[in-house]
Amino acid sequence: MADRKYTEDHEWVEVDGENGVIGISDYAQEQLGDVVFVELPSVGKVLDQRDEAAVVESVKAAAEVYTPVSGEVIEVNEELNNDPSLVNTDAFGEGWFAKLKLTDPTELEDLMDEGAYKTFLAGLS
Amino acid sequence: MRYLPLTDTDRSAMLSEIGVSSVDDLFVDVPLAARFDGTFDLPDHMAEFAVEGRMARMAGRNTTTGDVPSFLGAGVYRHHIPASVDHLIQRGEFLTSYTPYQPEITQGTLQAVYEFQTMVALITGMDVANASMYDGATSCAEAVLMARRITRRNRALISGNVHPHYSSVSETQAKYVDIDIEVCPPDLGGTEDLTSKVDDETACVVVQNPDVFGHVRDLSPLAAICHEKGALLIVVVTEAVSLGALQSPGEMGADIVVAEGQSIGNPQGFGGPHVGLFATRDKYVRQMPGRLCGETVDADGKRGWVLTLSTREQHIRREKATSNICTNAGLCALAFTIHLSLLGEDGFRDLAMLNHAHASRLVDRLGTIDGVEVLSEAFFNEVALRLSKPADDVVNQLADHNVLAGVPAARLFGAGKGLDDILLVATSELTTTEDMDALVSGLSEVLA
Repeated sequence: MADRKYTEDHEWVEVDGENGVIGISDYAQEQLGDVVFVELPSVGKVLDQRDEAAVVESVKAAAEVYTPVSGEVIEVNEELNNDPSLVNTDAFGEGWFAKLKLTDPTELEDLMDEGAYKTFLAGLS
Repeated sequence: MRYLPLTDTDRSAMLSEIGVSSVDDLFVDVPLAARFDGTFDLPDHMAEFAVEGRMARMAGRNTTTGDVPSFLGAGVYRHHIPASVDHLIQRGEFLTSYTPYQPEITQGTLQAVYEFQTMVALITGMDVANASMYDGATSCAEAVLMARRITRRNRALISGNVHPHYSSVSETQAKYVDIDIEVCPPDLGGTEDLTSKVDDETACVVVQNPDVFGHVRDLSPLAAICHEKGALLIVVVTEAVSLGALQSPGEMGADIVVAEGQSIGNPQGFGGPHVGLFATRDKYVRQMPGRLCGETVDADGKRGWVLTLSTREQHIRREKATSNICTNAGLCALAFTIHLSLLGEDGFRDLAMLNHAHASRLVDRLGTIDGVEVLSEAFFNEVALRLSKPADDVVNQLADHNVLAGVPAARLFGAGKGLDDILLVATSELTTTEDMDALVSGLSEVLA
């Protein structure tokens, strides 16, 4: 929990050693509504920070998901192909998108921590 | 609002607003050679009835396929269209509604689209079909783009026996995205082998069946090679009626089937408007272009229809949509649907078999003419002939005798490419014995 960092576009990254798991926030899934499809990146793809990592489709919109940090995709959440609604029911857990091997951990410093993100969300309403 | 024609002042105000000095400046992107540089020799105004009379006289100078024996095909075919088709498509509810932009209030249109998709999926042997594209050629180009998205590869291989208009439209589309297209040379014998050209970088292989020279082939071996290499097999069908007689592209292993649906319910119409069919496998549905109608239930549990998977489309996905197309060929698709439903499954098969029977009879007779060699061994309703004289001349001479003998292959591929003596001849259920007599005697005379 403490290691989870956020972007202003409502993506998150949770760092574990040299790897980071990315996804979208609970606020983002709530705004999108029922998620019906997630287009995941291919394993091995090298992404720069802010590159498009995935596309999430809900019944009313399609949104690009940008990676909060640079890295190589080493694993994707195949479960989302069978059950994309995991993004709605557990955005910070089973609804994760991809695991990246970070190439520049200093980028984490640009991101918001839990407290800053909560303040940011409060400012949106 | 004033209803006045554009004045010179209006015109110059608009031009200066957008920063150009003349109307001609708006057309700088059009190559000079394609621009008309002259004056139109048009008569002064005339009364409405005088214009009607004049246009009717001009139209009367055409030789149309309904008036004389016609063997024209090569991608556009003359078939019988029952009067009921025209009657039904002209009902106001259908005629004016076009593609559903406010979909859920037009349940009748959506149901018709849904039936259309079901029929297209059934006759092509695929899982899912969209609500139609503009025509077969644009369907083909879209299929190539779709294969690139799915495979994330950028090389496309197009058989030399795909209708040149289809390859050409695909090349035009590919020019502005990162796709290398290789169009193979035409293969008159129909034994083209593409298997050695498919490799780990191939996104798709595009083949036509029956091909542009009429050859019918088993595409299963090619499908197997494509799948082994991770490429998609795109099958083009320019004569949709053939699907009533031949093994479906889906059964042969196609990943995407694109077809011209004109043959069913739609007139030749001097080349359009027509209706493009587009079908694929379930697993690729999210990469499919175009509108898609789905069946559902409403809040009261009643059957209803919706447009579905719209998030692929341009009005939602903007520049990242699967395609620029955000519509369908609604009325032509409806005509297709009504005609096919009137035929039914058995009727569709019978129609296809009748087409083939007529072609077989004609081929037997053509084979006896000196100066005619029939090149197609396995065919549906169209064959390629090698003539002892240039096909273009022969066609013109027969036209003078009121017989439309067919389409010279050079019309499609260009003159001087070794195909100048090749003539494509098509039959249909409408071809009579008298029509065949006229062609056989005409050819015998001209080639003697």
